[in-house]
Amino acid sequence: MSLLGSFDIGATGLTAQAMRLNVISSNIANVDSVSGPDGRAYRARQVVFSALPSTNAAGSGVAVTEIRESREPFRREYRPGHPKADAAGYVDMPNVNPVEEMVNMISAQRSYQMNIEAMNVSRQLMLKTLDLGK
Amino acid sequence: MNAVPKYDSLVFHEAALKLRTRRQEILANNLANSDTPGYKARDIDFAKTLENELAGKSRFPNSIPLALTHQAHIAIKPSMEDPGLLYRVPNQPSMDGNTVDGDIELSQFTKNSVFTEAALTFLGGTIRSRLSAITGQAS
Repeated sequence: MSLLGSFDIGATGLTAQAMRLNVISSNIANVDSVSGPDGRAYRARQVVFSALPSTNAAGSGVAVTEIRESREPFRREYRPGHPKADAAGYVDMPNVNPVEEMVNMISAQRSYQMNIEAMNVSRQLMLKTLDLGK
Repeated sequence: MNAVPKYDSLVFHEAALKLRTRRQEILANNLANSDTPGYKARDIDFAKTLENELAGKSRFPNSIPLALTHQAHIAIKPSMEDPGLLYRVPNQPSMDGNTVDGDIELSQFTKNSVFTEAALTFLGGTIRSRLSAITGQAS
């Protein structure tokens, strides 16, 4: 049934946006992490969205297909006393841009709200369909 | 204008309701893909599609299967691409090639849901009036 379909599509949107928010939180939390499991500074991560192939020509939502690391160069800070400083006294800091992350977060929030709104409307219509003929 | 409606109201509102819920799904898909790079917003021409549906025309005119007259013939899967599913013309280009405008989609979605509710009300009214005609008493 179609209305249930639009419910599922909304759910895929919520899942994808929630994953995007997770990644943003991780980036913000690691804004000062100079070393990770590989011994290097943290690299900002980004989700990659792609539209799911449609089974019924209307489409069936969105999915996160990949989480990619940013290729931007590390932020170099001059801190000669730092334990991770190189010979010249520079430390590689994560390439997380806090402004970008905050803007991304607002965008994710709006998209999440939009999907919730659509699902609420579908729910009301489904309830109304149950009352048909009464 | 005809005094007698062209289609039975039960048939008409059922077709309208079916199409409304389909459009609801298409618009929900647009909303879910509002951040997908390269995604193009889709929509249908409601009036035209409803007219086709009521006239009994197939939604997939290219889906007639090939006749297989020999065992070595290979069956081709008919195209599932709906020709009535159009692309929305964007009024503000976006860097990543996405043409979903959240405001337009949400307003269309809300409008569509109001019309769906109207179709449900009409259909309910028709059912109620037929029931009262059958039972001979107001329900």
